[in-house]
Amino acid sequence: MSASYLTDGLTIRSWLATTDHKRIAILYAIAITGFFFVGGAAATIIRLELATPAGDLVGHDTYNKLFTAHGVIMVWLFLIPSIPSVLGNFLLPLMIGASDLAFPRINLLSWYLYVAGGLVTLAALFLGGVDTGWTFYTPYSTMFSNTWVTLVLVGVFITGFSSIATGVNFIVTLHALRAPGLTWFKLPLFAWAIYATSLILVLATPVLAITTLLVVAERLFQVGIFDPAFGGDPLLFQHLFWFYSHPAVYVMVLPAMGVVSEVLPCFARRPVFGYRAMAWAILGIASVGFLVWGHHMFVSGQSPAASLAFSLLSFIVAIPSAIKVFNWTATLYKGAIRFDAPMLYALGFVGLFTIGGLTGLFLASLTLDVHLTDTYFVVAHFHYIMVGGAVMAYFAGLHFWWPKATGRMYHELWSRIAAVLVFVGFNLTFFPQFLLGAQGMPRRYHTYPPEFQVLNLFSSAGAGVLAIGYLMPLAYFAWSLLRGAKAGDNPFAATGIEWQTRSPPPTHNFEIPPFVPPRPYDYDAQESGPASGLEVKP
Amino acid sequence: MTRDAHALPGVEPDAGKLGMWAFLASEVLFFGGLFVAYLYGRTHWPQGWSGASRHTDVVLGTVNTAVLLTSSALVALGAAAPARRLSARLLWSTAALGVLFLAIKGVEWHAEWRDGLVPGVDFALADTPGAEEFFALYFVMTGLHGVHMLLGIALLAVLATGARRDRPWAQARQVEVAALYWHFVDVVWIFLYPLLYLVSRHG
Repeated sequence: MSASYLTDGLTIRSWLATTDHKRIAILYAIAITGFFFVGGAAATIIRLELATPAGDLVGHDTYNKLFTAHGVIMVWLFLIPSIPSVLGNFLLPLMIGASDLAFPRINLLSWYLYVAGGLVTLAALFLGGVDTGWTFYTPYSTMFSNTWVTLVLVGVFITGFSSIATGVNFIVTLHALRAPGLTWFKLPLFAWAIYATSLILVLATPVLAITTLLVVAERLFQVGIFDPAFGGDPLLFQHLFWFYSHPAVYVMVLPAMGVVSEVLPCFARRPVFGYRAMAWAILGIASVGFLVWGHHMFVSGQSPAASLAFSLLSFIVAIPSAIKVFNWTATLYKGAIRFDAPMLYALGFVGLFTIGGLTGLFLASLTLDVHLTDTYFVVAHFHYIMVGGAVMAYFAGLHFWWPKATGRMYHELWSRIAAVLVFVGFNLTFFPQFLLGAQGMPRRYHTYPPEFQVLNLFSSAGAGVLAIGYLMPLAYFAWSLLRGAKAGDNPFAATGIEWQTRSPPPTHNFEIPPFVPPRPYDYDAQESGPASGLEVKP
Repeated sequence: MTRDAHALPGVEPDAGKLGMWAFLASEVLFFGGLFVAYLYGRTHWPQGWSGASRHTDVVLGTVNTAVLLTSSALVALGAAAPARRLSARLLWSTAALGVLFLAIKGVEWHAEWRDGLVPGVDFALADTPGAEEFFALYFVMTGLHGVHMLLGIALLAVLATGARRDRPWAQARQVEVAALYWHFVDVVWIFLYPLLYLVSRHG
């Protein structure tokens, strides 16, 4: 028996120069956790400030820099890389029976680019910060903002290369390295989701890269491609920016859907309902998601004809999204459901994603959007998708594959308490914001009229509960590393190929070639008795 | 089911090529953003842009197009060459033409700098609306293309050195992947050349 990937080399160098996808995933997890808590600290100060109507904790300049820092860090340094680069990196080769990604050294390069870009961004934020908001709207960002815009954009530009390299790597891996017999429609839905996500990363990220370069060029040359004072067009910036940034939402939520599609069948002991429809829905969301960016610009002076088309297309994305929600629900039907921590997070995802998705339809409606644009309704909506959706699923995945990655179990009771706290804290934080937005409270102000205080207090209190829910895993995961029970190869009796190898897996993943089940999620066959194919170790 | 997962720890035969195609798809979108900005400029300042584009050096631009097309032909031959030494020579020739392209481009940039065509203070065409935006985009587009050329030249030089010594990482398969990239950089220029030098030069 060869050493596990964790014990195969114990020096710092053996980690920082590794090309093992599993170790790189751990490197990502550590870096991403750091950025998550920096971004979370900014959010904490924002919510403390908003506990009272007056601006008594921070001034307006600081407040602007805080919400910009929160947005930039959470979007580019946490949400975009979280599930693909941590869970995707760790699991993709294991799920398809490969020994590594197609380009292991490029994979390591991706991590270094990500960390370099992240540190440049963080340096800019600590040197004095940026006050444009994470959207960098022109001409404010090009002509007026006297803050560290250029440096942050350089940081974002560098992390973009990391995204593209990771995307290319995943695409080629799925095409070239699937185990013999593992055809596309036998792939787990997580692999499908990572595939679609990679397509978006490869095709959308370069547009953000060129947009940031043009903004930097505009600041350096003092010309106005985006600046109306020179005859330029700020709408052009918004088109280019949202051409990336809307698909980027699907970079956050498609992998989350992938995680949930692994967890729900396992803890309901049922095959995924409508597997093929689920796979096609992933591709549908990814493709139509490229055509809806204009719904961010309904009140920006975009032509009404364009708005009409973007509104219709935005409603169309709801169809594959609804297919997924209905199929998850149908998967649960008559299942033997167990409420383990990953399942609690995954169920939380389904509920919160549904609310986030349906409120997205409010915003995709042309007339309603006029009232709701730039209010807290928008803030609540996208936090339901990104935090209620993507972060919940990230935690579901962390718990679900923790035993595989570490060889030890997490503490079941503590993790269930954390999952419930996150769910309650999240709703307490963000549901009041729907009401605030509907009542007309604008986003991005550090003061507000006193009549909004009650709901804001609920929101700030919820943020406290949420913070505890997010800090708890740090403690019980650390405990699990030292004291957790030995997990065994497949503690949840799951059907995925990744569970056939040891926990933690050996460096080259499989010591004997894995068995490819005749169909994915074959939980029915498993229940017929332990003698089924899945239990046979080849 | 019989495949040994350890037998090919690196890369399946077509992985490098597929990876390059995926990367080039990304590159298309990268330059695509610039072409959208160009489209906006041309429709928004038709007069300014046609006036400004007349100040580019069409002779040098045409010579450079010929240089780059020849280099693409050479790299294709280099990828197909049966002997490693011949392949190395063809790759060196390609890289040399790449350097020649950048030298000519440098001469052009220098002349434009001298004539005050670089956006900023003392811009020569300051009274033509849109001319400054044209030249800003001109420098961004040709500059980014130049950066891609530099990377391509470095890539070819490394492969040429390896091919001469018949290294396993510099075989026909790898040369073909590098050639794909070189062709792409060439194709970008095939779009830049008419947009920056030719359109609305007549009359």
